Amino acid sequence: MGTMFARGLKRKSPEDGEDMEGGLAGARATPSYSLQRQSLLDMSLVKLQLCHMLVEPNLCRSVLIANTVRQIQEEMSQDGTWRVVAPQAAGRAPLDRLVSTDILCRSVREQEGERPAPDVGDGHTADLVPGLAVVPSAQALRSPQSSLWEVDSSRENRGGFQKSLDQIFETLENKTSGSVEELFADVDSSYYDLDAVLTGMVGSTPSAHASGLQAFASAAAPPPSSSCRSDLGELDHAVEILVET
Amino acid sequence: MQPLWSQQAVLRAADIISTVEFNHSGDLLATGDKGGRVVIFQREQENKSRPHSRGEYNVYSTFQSHEPEFDYLKSLEIEEKINKIRWLPQQNAAHFLLSTNDKTIKLWKISERDKRAEGYNLKDEDGRLRDPFRITALRVPILKPMDLMVEASPRRIFANAHTYHINSISVNSDHETYLSADDLRINLWHLEITDRSFNIVDIKPANMEELTEVITAAEFHPHQCNVFVYSSSKGTVRLCDMRSSALCDRHSKFFEEPEDPSSRSFFSEIISSISDVKFSHSGRYMMTRDYLSVKVWDLNMESRPVETHQVHEYLRSKLCSLYENDCIFDKFECCWSGSDSAIMTGSYNNFFRMFDRNARRDVTLEASRENSKPRASLKPRKVCTGGKRKKDEISVDSLDFNKKILHTAWHPAENIIAVAATNNLYIFQDKVN
Repeated sequence: MGTMFARGLKRKSPEDGEDMEGGLAGARATPSYSLQRQSLLDMSLVKLQLCHMLVEPNLCRSVLIANTVRQIQEEMSQDGTWRVVAPQAAGRAPLDRLVSTDILCRSVREQEGERPAPDVGDGHTADLVPGLAVVPSAQALRSPQSSLWEVDSSRENRGGFQKSLDQIFETLENKTSGSVEELFADVDSSYYDLDAVLTGMVGSTPSAHASGLQAFASAAAPPPSSSCRSDLGELDHAVEILVET
Repeated sequence: MQPLWSQQAVLRAADIISTVEFNHSGDLLATGDKGGRVVIFQREQENKSRPHSRGEYNVYSTFQSHEPEFDYLKSLEIEEKINKIRWLPQQNAAHFLLSTNDKTIKLWKISERDKRAEGYNLKDEDGRLRDPFRITALRVPILKPMDLMVEASPRRIFANAHTYHINSISVNSDHETYLSADDLRINLWHLEITDRSFNIVDIKPANMEELTEVITAAEFHPHQCNVFVYSSSKGTVRLCDMRSSALCDRHSKFFEEPEDPSSRSFFSEIISSISDVKFSHSGRYMMTRDYLSVKVWDLNMESRPVETHQVHEYLRSKLCSLYENDCIFDKFECCWSGSDSAIMTGSYNNFFRMFDRNARRDVTLEASRENSKPRASLKPRKVCTGGKRKKDEISVDSLDFNKKILHTAWHPAENIIAVAATNNLYIFQDKVN
């Protein structure tokens, strides 16, 4: 990150010309600020994805990071700089799947409900643990990851993916049920349910593991932290367990 | 007179120390560690034959308080790390403390045994049972002195009341009840009753997606047994009165300092998150610790603190890096001196900070084996924030963020402090006074 973050990431105010060129209110749209903000967003989403497998993640930390993501999204929406993903080839899983754990579950459920997951080899594996379906298709997701959200020039496609991206933050803005529960697992009301795991239902903790696996599987984006790599070994092991059950 | 701190002892623990607490007299100092162990130190009594050893703390008792557990329902480990220790006020010869990990609180009794009974009728000195037919006379067993043995035994186990991770326990001034707080709930217990607790605060939203705030710390008022406070990740403190209703979801007082708009950033909320809240001994004030500062609040004024002390303001320009390496989520504790005239909190690079509220002076000291000789005064440290670095100053970029002092404790009556630096426990005392 280097000197780009030497002064922290400040919201641009008219008087604050120190960090960026120019001291105008519109300077929030300057490339360096946008890049910093985007980088912070990416970092935050990766932090949310990386759950400890053996020990419960720290709830306070997760809440603070999620709030930060929400703040960035709000600002980006206000700026009008919220961009959508360019449509990928048919059959490719939406890139928003890479974004956060809850979205992974959401996307998989959509696949089951709306269309057969084309990136899954066999039709029937989609009926089994959805998380596994994602694992072999990791290659499909290894598209240019330099920017998760690229400028979309074609307006027609905006609608579909805007919807997906909205869903990311819908979960954080509590309009829909079930997704953010992956982040804040409501463990006192959910019981281990093998059926729930196999049907990829959210809200039960074992599927939190499944979705956590999805997170690792699909983290083809260059993650800032190297702990992703070491967790892939665990991923293989955990995938074996799920397959055998 | 300004105290001059000197290092009295450095004790190496087997594991990272996770909590430090003096008892009410200051004669005992308890530490908990990441491995679930509790080590208690006792202050040496005055001894004419060893005049220099007065006031030294030596190991008194060591025991395994919590073991690692596995929650089979969730397929998750429950860490044995001791999050907090709180002493009960002493009522007889034995000492009692509460220790807690993420899920279970235990009441431990620490008692001394220095006598042994001899001359039993039904068994020999080596414990073998005597043949009853051989006993022709009865005798009264006599108590004989033996080497001091300190025993720790678990007297109560308070379990299964917390879904989320316990961050605080606090003994009530009534000496009968205590509270335990996790991320979303606070429970009230009676010390004698383990199968029941009362939920007094619940901030869990009906829909977990709406969760934006968690409880970070809670404490009972030192004198008013119906009053407690809890702090949140949004930088607020709520004071609750248990007389007003059974479920204290509505606060009696709400302490929040308005945000300074000129310093607003994406990290504002994170650094405002309160990591510790402590009432003063007098009960008139409370202190909150957020990432960069310590604030003293008058309980009668909710709108803003009466004092704000910067702990390491030079980190403000490094927040993004500290976010990246997760240091921004470090939870520093804070403590009052016995007379409430000074407050102390930790920082990075094994630095800790003390603020003299009356003299309006502050000092940065370092807990380090290399830099302090026993009984020599600690030299104040200074962090250079920019420009030319003077001799003996350390630049911000050279700070070691792995050496963090999260836990400190101050003797209730004297100028003796305990500072936990990773595996090491430092005890400093005031040479002058």
